Amino acid sequence: MSSETPTKSPEAAPVPPPGPAPVKKRVPQGHQRLLTRRDRITLAFMAGVPTVLHVALVWITALASIALAFTTWDGIGFDSIKWVGLDNFKQLFTDNPQFWPAVQHNIIWFVVLILIPTPLGLFLALQLDKNIRFSRVYQTAYFLPVVVSLAVTGFVWQLVYNPDTGLINSIIGANKPGHYIDWIGDPKLNLWAVLIAASWRHTGYMMILYLAGLKGVDPSLREASALDGANEWQTFKNVIFPTLRPTNTVVLVVTIIEALRAFDLVFVFNKGAQGTELLSILITNNIIGESSRIGYGSAIAVVLLVISLAVIIPYLIATFRKERRA
Amino acid sequence: MTDLSPSGLSLPSPSRRSLLRGVGGAALVAGAGIPLLSACGSSGSSSDSKTVSVGSNDSDAVPKKAYADVYAAFQKQSGLTVKVNTKDHNTFQEQINSYLQGTPDDVFKWFAGYRMQFFAAKNLASPIDDVWEKIGANFPDAMKKLSKGADGKYYFVPMTTYPWAIFYRKSVFAAKGYEVPTTWDQLVALCKQMKKDGLVPIAFGDKDAWPAMGTFDQINFRLNGYDFHVDLMAGKAAWTDAKVKAVFDHWAELLPYHQDGFMGRTWQDAAQTLVSKKAGMYLLGTFVAQQFTNKADLDDLDFFAFPEINSAYGQDTVEAPTDGFMVSKSPKNKAGVTKLLEYLGTPAAEELYLKGDPSVVAASNKASTSAYSALQKKAFEMIGQAKSLTQFMDRDSRPDFTSTVMQPGLQKFLQNPKGVDSLLSSIERQKKTIFAS
Repeated sequence: MSSETPTKSPEAAPVPPPGPAPVKKRVPQGHQRLLTRRDRITLAFMAGVPTVLHVALVWITALASIALAFTTWDGIGFDSIKWVGLDNFKQLFTDNPQFWPAVQHNIIWFVVLILIPTPLGLFLALQLDKNIRFSRVYQTAYFLPVVVSLAVTGFVWQLVYNPDTGLINSIIGANKPGHYIDWIGDPKLNLWAVLIAASWRHTGYMMILYLAGLKGVDPSLREASALDGANEWQTFKNVIFPTLRPTNTVVLVVTIIEALRAFDLVFVFNKGAQGTELLSILITNNIIGESSRIGYGSAIAVVLLVISLAVIIPYLIATFRKERRA
Repeated sequence: MTDLSPSGLSLPSPSRRSLLRGVGGAALVAGAGIPLLSACGSSGSSSDSKTVSVGSNDSDAVPKKAYADVYAAFQKQSGLTVKVNTKDHNTFQEQINSYLQGTPDDVFKWFAGYRMQFFAAKNLASPIDDVWEKIGANFPDAMKKLSKGADGKYYFVPMTTYPWAIFYRKSVFAAKGYEVPTTWDQLVALCKQMKKDGLVPIAFGDKDAWPAMGTFDQINFRLNGYDFHVDLMAGKAAWTDAKVKAVFDHWAELLPYHQDGFMGRTWQDAAQTLVSKKAGMYLLGTFVAQQFTNKADLDDLDFFAFPEINSAYGQDTVEAPTDGFMVSKSPKNKAGVTKLLEYLGTPAAEELYLKGDPSVVAASNKASTSAYSALQKKAFEMIGQAKSLTQFMDRDSRPDFTSTVMQPGLQKFLQNPKGVDSLLSSIERQKKTIFAS
């Protein structure tokens, strides 16, 4: 689940020009003349170090997590690792009262992000793309929440939602006995409260992505549609939006990843108390800390990994297929 | 401000710890967490015979300074240097596993009770019976019990402690003619009266999830006694037992008198309602006094022991989380360690510490109480007279059980007191698998 994959538009992926390659005429030995010994060492170094790091930090650890998911381990000495087969998963699916709500909340998180902040971000991007006055100021204002750390965002919103002294309850007078609105604690409310904070941030993110996409739309397309007498909505619907397809793919993937890795905001907000359980928080609660349940936590991590793969693999397949066609 | 949360977890604002956790959590989700964690142990304990190293979680200014004074006095007396390795309070706790397995300091700061016994049983701590031969006379029996591992050997030197009790304002009780309740019925009647008088009977905030454990503990050992508390916490008694159900029934009776909106409120905010005299009572540790920054308010603050529920046990148990020192598995300077612990176990060392940090009381009953405030004196008497001392749910039980099962479990009860039966059987099922591992 690394987050860097999606930021690269699939179209931007370097596709070798299919045209004729004149170099090929110069027979194989050309290779050896092109690369000196030093070049080769540099090349090996440049390719080797990232590979080693990648294998060690991504593959080995991921595989170790998967292996640990079938054990119990308190993290003290390797001899205390005990193989338990599928027990962790059985417990997770049947006995853990927080697991299914967590899965559900991750899904709600995704649905809300795609339904509210994403269209809103597109709308803002369209407005800003019209070169209105103070466009830079608006861009900065909307993008600022994305720059600020999510932990800070969570902290700020937690002050807004505080039941006694928070902004909202103070304004509407809901901080008196009998009238309390517990935005942070009430399981019927807190997920939505935190989603407002998440959407506030996500809107800015989507706006920037779409704004970049819109800058890439050929102005002659707009001119042509204007000449054809299309109004603004028709231009958007029939001309602009279809050309934003690559951006939409990126947006979709980014949003899915945001929904799966949602953690910091909620953790700061209320530590994933009832109503806001998330898979990432369950993993943290089980693994980090003293006398940790590393096996059990790994089992939850594996579930999260499987969900991510189920989303990412179809995306990759689609991308590769497109590249091959190109 | 001293960090006195009973759990020792998360005290002030969420910022510091959450950020650290957030970083750790993010790393974990990326699948890179486990080897990183074990790489966090501290290194570089000194090996010369003139130094003793101490791993400390006293990252807050007040206790840090107070302990520095104690070590300076020890150095003067013995000629040994104490090298202190201080880590952030919560980080220290979260890394304790890997810290003790790596190259820990000779002596480390820790909590009494089950949480101490856990590491003793894992052979990550050294027994210190030789130290106790010298310092044994300085401590009451209840403290001795708290310092022993499951194998009967001593592993712990207690330093400071503080009680949990019900706090109230003397002026409010005097003005309204309230009397300190000594039985459950009187407590309920008092709550009713307070509600009628427009007060919030019991201030409450459970955002951090541990305060509810304090309420459960009080009702449990008043109703079922100390031994049942120990059995339940150690995973021996069943959570589906009728005795546990009775605890929740009592709690449910009291719940309507608790402050509204507690799930989103921190203990600090709840304490403010007692400061502003909007609430009548508040069940918490003496660290609640930290919120009383005005001298007049602080002088007006008083507390009483949780009322009797079952006459067989009266008020014989006090919840008094105790902090102190343990020795790591293979200290570099064994002779120095013994000397240091013998010194820390003296009344003189505790008095010196309390001079710098007056928010707690001495674990030794030989330490002078002359410098104590009225609250400290009362706390000291309460602990001294107790037949048994408990530590707090998350110190008396496995931390993985309390943090992943009990904290959400109790919050669930608070939201829906009627669903106790299914909640208890769910807790029992999860408990079995955790304690079996």
